[in-house]
Amino acid sequence: MTQGHSRREFLKASALGIAGAGIAGGLSFPAILRAQEKGPIKVGVLHSLSGTMAISEAPIKEIVLMAIDEVNKAGGVLGRKVEALVEDPASNWDLFAEKSKKLLLQDKVATVFGCWTSVSRKSVLPVFEKNNGLLFYPVQYEGEECSKNVIYTGATINQQATPGIDYLMSPEGGNRKKFYLLGSDYVYPRTTNKILRLYLTKVKKVPESAIAEEYTPFHHQDYQTIVGKIKSFSAAGDAAVINTINGDSNVPFFKELANQGVTADRTPTMSSSFAEVERQPLDVKPLVGHLASWNYFMSLKTPENLKWVKAYKEWAKQHGIADKQAVTDDPMMHAYIHVKLWAKAVAKAESTEVDRVLKALEGLEIPSPVGKYKVDEKNHHTWKPVYIGKIRADGQFDIVWKTKSWVRPAPWSDVTYPGRDCDWSGGGKGSYDMVGGKRVWLSEKQ
Amino acid sequence: MALRKTVVVLAVLALAVLPGVPGPGAASAVPGPGVPDLESVAKRLAAPATQEAAILALREVGDPSVGTLLRALKDGALYRWKGRLVILGDDGALKDLAGQPIVDDRGQPVSPAEGQEAIALEERLFGLVQNLLERLEVFSLDRQARQSAAFKLGNSRDLSAIPVLAKALDREADRQVKGAIQEALNRLSLSSPDAAVRARAAQFLGQAWFESSLAQLRIMAEQDEDAEAKQAARAAVRRIEVFLTWRNLTGYLFNGVSLGAVLLIMSLGLAVTFGLMGIINMAHGEMLMLGSYTAYVVQEIFASRYAAHQDYFFLVALPLSFLAAGLVGLALESGIIRFLYGRPLETLIVTWGIGMIFQQSARLYFGDQTSVNSPSWFRGGVEVMRGLIFPWSRIFIVGLSLVALAALYLLLQRSYAGLRVRAVMQNRGMASCLGVSTRKIDALTFALGTALAGVAGCALALIGTVDPEVGKTYIVDAFMVVVLGGVGKLLGAVVASFGIGVSNKILEPSIGGTAAAIYAKVAILALVIWFLQWRPTGFFPAKGRAAEGA
Repeated sequence: MTQGHSRREFLKASALGIAGAGIAGGLSFPAILRAQEKGPIKVGVLHSLSGTMAISEAPIKEIVLMAIDEVNKAGGVLGRKVEALVEDPASNWDLFAEKSKKLLLQDKVATVFGCWTSVSRKSVLPVFEKNNGLLFYPVQYEGEECSKNVIYTGATINQQATPGIDYLMSPEGGNRKKFYLLGSDYVYPRTTNKILRLYLTKVKKVPESAIAEEYTPFHHQDYQTIVGKIKSFSAAGDAAVINTINGDSNVPFFKELANQGVTADRTPTMSSSFAEVERQPLDVKPLVGHLASWNYFMSLKTPENLKWVKAYKEWAKQHGIADKQAVTDDPMMHAYIHVKLWAKAVAKAESTEVDRVLKALEGLEIPSPVGKYKVDEKNHHTWKPVYIGKIRADGQFDIVWKTKSWVRPAPWSDVTYPGRDCDWSGGGKGSYDMVGGKRVWLSEKQ
Repeated sequence: MALRKTVVVLAVLALAVLPGVPGPGAASAVPGPGVPDLESVAKRLAAPATQEAAILALREVGDPSVGTLLRALKDGALYRWKGRLVILGDDGALKDLAGQPIVDDRGQPVSPAEGQEAIALEERLFGLVQNLLERLEVFSLDRQARQSAAFKLGNSRDLSAIPVLAKALDREADRQVKGAIQEALNRLSLSSPDAAVRARAAQFLGQAWFESSLAQLRIMAEQDEDAEAKQAARAAVRRIEVFLTWRNLTGYLFNGVSLGAVLLIMSLGLAVTFGLMGIINMAHGEMLMLGSYTAYVVQEIFASRYAAHQDYFFLVALPLSFLAAGLVGLALESGIIRFLYGRPLETLIVTWGIGMIFQQSARLYFGDQTSVNSPSWFRGGVEVMRGLIFPWSRIFIVGLSLVALAALYLLLQRSYAGLRVRAVMQNRGMASCLGVSTRKIDALTFALGTALAGVAGCALALIGTVDPEVGKTYIVDAFMVVVLGGVGKLLGAVVASFGIGVSNKILEPSIGGTAAAIYAKVAILALVIWFLQWRPTGFFPAKGRAAEGA
């Protein structure tokens, strides 16, 4: 224990040293550090295990622990075991910041795997940036962000939401001409819909009058009026709903849709926060035929996926999770591979030091249940395929459409911020605008 | 009715004899829209040179018998066997075009030879075949599939679908599907080159209030070259718009009544514990939750033991949730709350804590992945006007809340037990003097309140979520109803629930912007605050223990 204390103090001192000496210092220190460290490498797991988001986030914690377990069974990282410190921020956005502070400052974790909603990510962001922490974020999100301290493994808008629109407007998707954008009232749905509205009007030439937009608070229960509006909106049978409702409000929403006779073939719903995990507790009958757009579906028939699903079922059995609840979904897949990404990057960097791990992550490739995954060389996001799935009677998704190849991650959407991108690789300073063929860094604008 | 039928028949006839309507393709290649000769069709489909023409020809035929053949072609299950065309079945055996298994000399089923390739469908024709197969869905055995196929065709603006739909209409026996086919036929006819046909179709669609055609009719009312057709479209638009106004109003009212019933049923129990007894029970929401979880547990037990009678779980769950929540209430009252009578602040804090204990226990035991599925009788609803469906689950909740209200009223006002309850609540000392066991009455009244909450939770699980925090979403509304109604009066709770419900549901659609649901709620809260400023004791102030204490 005393040894641990002295190590902690030493780390503090070295962190100061790095801050002072810059990257040059960072290169020489960890090698010395490693010789002295023999205990496990601590990593934080920051997902809500209670509250409104627990339905989605609790399984993420499981898969992260499973991935860490696999890493340990394969000999750990740098010859050391990985130890997970699980915190429950209880769907409380302020608590996310507090818990991440605790993980970074008190527990001195090497990295944190965590967050789901964008509110929670935004609330921990200052903590990670101030203390130069490392956060792996597994969920699709609205973009317009590119932090040095975050690796975003989930989809950006162009890797999930806009392909969904492309599909709905295609002949296979039913040539939809009108779109009802419905979401929970917070930053992800609002920003996504802002971008989708521009995408629809500017790129797809859909008139403003053919777009409706509506938000409900978290935990909203009464969707009577909204479903009534959707019915009138889609009376001619050429409309679709783009659903970004998060958490348990999906239950009353889909129940009301079915009860008021809005069927999927007349008015399909394309969801981007509703995957296998959220689907599982629901009666599947009212959902059959509705759509979702993701980078992974449990029903994918790749050998890697079959193996992974089996491994998770096994894990769930050992940890007292009922078999029917042991489903895998897109954010779980991302959460799983980001543990693997981190482990591979640490091994490559021969250090757990954040800047070196980040450097090692640039362009790093890794096998995943959907085939190869790659971290972008510059912008801290990942390349991935996009699938559209249709809910089958057995509750799984039937894959009806997929992109031909990997889709490039674009944290800044082309329609809202043309010419804006992000670069953290060697000398990059994050997000920039191209002005007259030159990069103007956002961080230097103010 | 008779007139409408005549119109349709006329429209269909007019279209059937219309020259030039058929789309591209050699319709004449197939001998009339009769039953096609499957063998020759298959031969033409199999030959690359005639494949496209054969498919196009089938567009007009619309005979269900070619469905299997087309599907086989699309799925790569069409084979050549001994000079004839056969289909590979799901069981791996070959069947002839009529679906009869083919047997060899020894009477054994045959399968395609090793390495034999299926008849290829040209890639560019894939979409066409897909489209055709969808069209043939109007002859499907499944009523739902027929109806939605008809709707899709009506939406397609593809005039070549008209003969297929006309044929389907001929065969259709189901009234609702018939309606859908007529709707589709007339929607397509709106694009007919013949002005008279257009006018008749517009008239029909207006007569029957088909909202689906409104956008098309509006354009026609503006732009049609023919004055008569323009006039017909204009009249139809007006008719549909008037209909929609009435329909929306009916819908809002029903939504309001349904929300009112939800509010009423979740606050009835509170009207007893808080209204009559003056106990601020912050765990009221958790009593509702208890009812919801009872429904969930019963559902799971039925699913694992009596799966054949799954639907009946709800009939068992409803009384059980009454009992379960009632018993828990009884235990709470005798174990904790009775020591806190006359100390509202302590009661508030203690019951709040109890609520949290319940929440966490539910989370530990059930987790967050639970949901109650409605029994099949509560799925869907009744169509009261075209396009306006009252869901059965909502109707049930309206009914249940009224039944619970009536039962509570009879119990309190018309029964001996109720008399004693009222006596104790109005003048405890005197009632006690006259030999009423106030202790027993207190315990049972509180239990009655929580039991009602249990029933409410069970019913609300039909339309909402079942999770550890569900109580939180109900508690504020429940208190609002009871306070607004006037503490201690059932009538107050009724007026307050339906008042809030209906005004919320009339406000919500009339508020523009992107967060109408939130603004409507804020507006309602503001109204309630304003009202309570004006009349602090609510709609029907009453004398009770709470009133005395104030």
